[in-house]
Amino acid sequence: MTDLKVTGLRVARQRCEVLHGVDAEVRAGGWLAVIGPNGAGKSTLLKAVAGLLPYTGEVTVDGVRLRDLPARELARTLAYTPQNPVVPPQMPVREYVLLGRTPYLGYLALPGRRDRAVADQVIERLDLTALATRDVGTLSGGERQRVVLARALAQQAPVLLLDEPTTALDLGHQQQVLELVDRLRRDDGLTVVTTLHDLGVAAQYAERMLLLVNGEAAASGTAAEVLTPAGIAAHYNAHVEVTTGPDGRPRVHLIRPAQVRAEQAEVPTGGSARHDADA
Amino acid sequence: MPTRLLPRRAPAPGPDGPRGADRDARRSARFLPYAVGTVLLLGSVLAGLLVGAADLPVRGVLLALLDELPFVHVDHGLTPVQYSVLMEIRMPRVLGAVLVGSLLAVAGAGYQGVFRNPMADPYLLGAASGAGLGATLVIAYSSADSVGGVGIVPLAAFVGAIAGVMLAYALGATAGRADGTATLVLAGVAVSAFLAAVQTFVQQANVDELRRIYAWILGSLSSIGWDELALVAPYAAVSTLVLLLHGRLLDVMTVGDEEAAVLGVNAARVRFVVLLAASLATATAVAVSGLIGFIGIVVPHAVRRLVGGSYRRILPMSVLLGGAFLVVADIIARTATAPGELPIGVVTAFVGAPFFVIVLRATRQVGL
Repeated sequence: MTDLKVTGLRVARQRCEVLHGVDAEVRAGGWLAVIGPNGAGKSTLLKAVAGLLPYTGEVTVDGVRLRDLPARELARTLAYTPQNPVVPPQMPVREYVLLGRTPYLGYLALPGRRDRAVADQVIERLDLTALATRDVGTLSGGERQRVVLARALAQQAPVLLLDEPTTALDLGHQQQVLELVDRLRRDDGLTVVTTLHDLGVAAQYAERMLLLVNGEAAASGTAAEVLTPAGIAAHYNAHVEVTTGPDGRPRVHLIRPAQVRAEQAEVPTGGSARHDADA
Repeated sequence: MPTRLLPRRAPAPGPDGPRGADRDARRSARFLPYAVGTVLLLGSVLAGLLVGAADLPVRGVLLALLDELPFVHVDHGLTPVQYSVLMEIRMPRVLGAVLVGSLLAVAGAGYQGVFRNPMADPYLLGAASGAGLGATLVIAYSSADSVGGVGIVPLAAFVGAIAGVMLAYALGATAGRADGTATLVLAGVAVSAFLAAVQTFVQQANVDELRRIYAWILGSLSSIGWDELALVAPYAAVSTLVLLLHGRLLDVMTVGDEEAAVLGVNAARVRFVVLLAASLATATAVAVSGLIGFIGIVVPHAVRRLVGGSYRRILPMSVLLGGAFLVVADIIARTATAPGELPIGVVTAFVGAPFFVIVLRATRQVGL
């Protein structure tokens, strides 16, 4: 059970400050979704927490400052999957998942029986057994996402950072991957931080949300607290309707601007003709 | 998706289950390529010892080899001249071919792993042009043949190769901020071009030495004797060992610097160590044989087609098949135009290119 706490995080990329003092906190076994418009600094936040970017401020896991940890220790505390993972051209799934055991191996050591057992268990658990001997490069997007997740799980780190784990996935695969992450979180008590660009999806899964806008936390709290029509209109420049589902979680629906709707209602045929012309 | 979420530490299935048999099959499949590679290497060595201008009886050669083994004494029946041809001429040359071929192949595999680029070869960072300049300079200007018992051309080639790589690395490492491989390759291109220009200038200013310079550049194994082998053996052993030990880390590197960092691996450090070892291997090979091209790029690729993409298997297989390949190429170089001799670098490309195409076509369905 592991708390993740971020305090006053400032990150500069190419001498230009991208995050201006962000605070965030996730309780052990919680799920924090980092949301925000494009370029708000969501991925930067995750990369900084993962130790891939230099930062000022503090990131602690259970009170331990991550910047004090040696690289391998850090990799045993925290697993991270990037938005666009680099897929080795020719490597079987089993070997790829086994890479997740790297933080447990000495510089020149080879993976042992236990490492293979852990990798095999993760493969079985994520239903990848049938793919185990296939090359990662030959997999479909959904399969690849699960394989990358399997590599992260093989690290057996209590904190899981997933940068847009559902980009490029269709609806069904998005749901499968997120359900999987949620079940892993509940079964193993993993602490999960994801960036998610789809607010509706984020609202369904995350316990807490952090809305980043221009490198600052514009709002944070439960999904209902963060996802308000006014807030979304202000920060995303989008028209949405927010309803509350039977589970008490907000549901976000994209609505075409009122003006457009009014025009279409007045002259339906003309409207559709103009639409065709536009297309 | 029917995801079965098993408990995290599920009991491992018993060794008698289908998994056990599967694992045995996997294990024997893993060792088969090494067995084949070893047989190919030993076979090519034997062929290299048997083929040549002087006819040596097969039985005599085999018995003489057996006689060399510790605690074995047999009468090989070779005449003193035959024995001398076998042991003083052919044996060092064949072993030299094994050494140079293995070094270039394993160095090429290391370079490809470090740069995550299948087009990388051992000469990528200026080793070839540095060695070429070093050798050209001493051929053109030095009156001495050796320094402290070491041939001056091999010495200059070795120093030049190391210096070329160091120059490229220093430039690339200081110029690049982010992912270092692209700037490193560009620095290598710049350094290679610069050193090659200087080499050409020196060469044109000393036209009377053109033949010797070209002979060296095209590569030859004829100057390798027992002394040269003994001299380079330690460098060859150290560099090969270091490369072989880095197979797993090169596998980790295939996911990129950033993801390697997430797994706790410092990619820049691994890259430095592997480049150091691969460049030492290259310089060692170049020092005794001149510039032999094509092996460093062809052999690792052929190997990759045979044993898959893991550097834990590519590196040792490159050692075995690189050695075998150069021994065979050398047999062709010695015999194709006998009593003359073809430059070995010409043969490796002439034989290697079609061979490579055959390997690519034959393994098309299993490969990428």
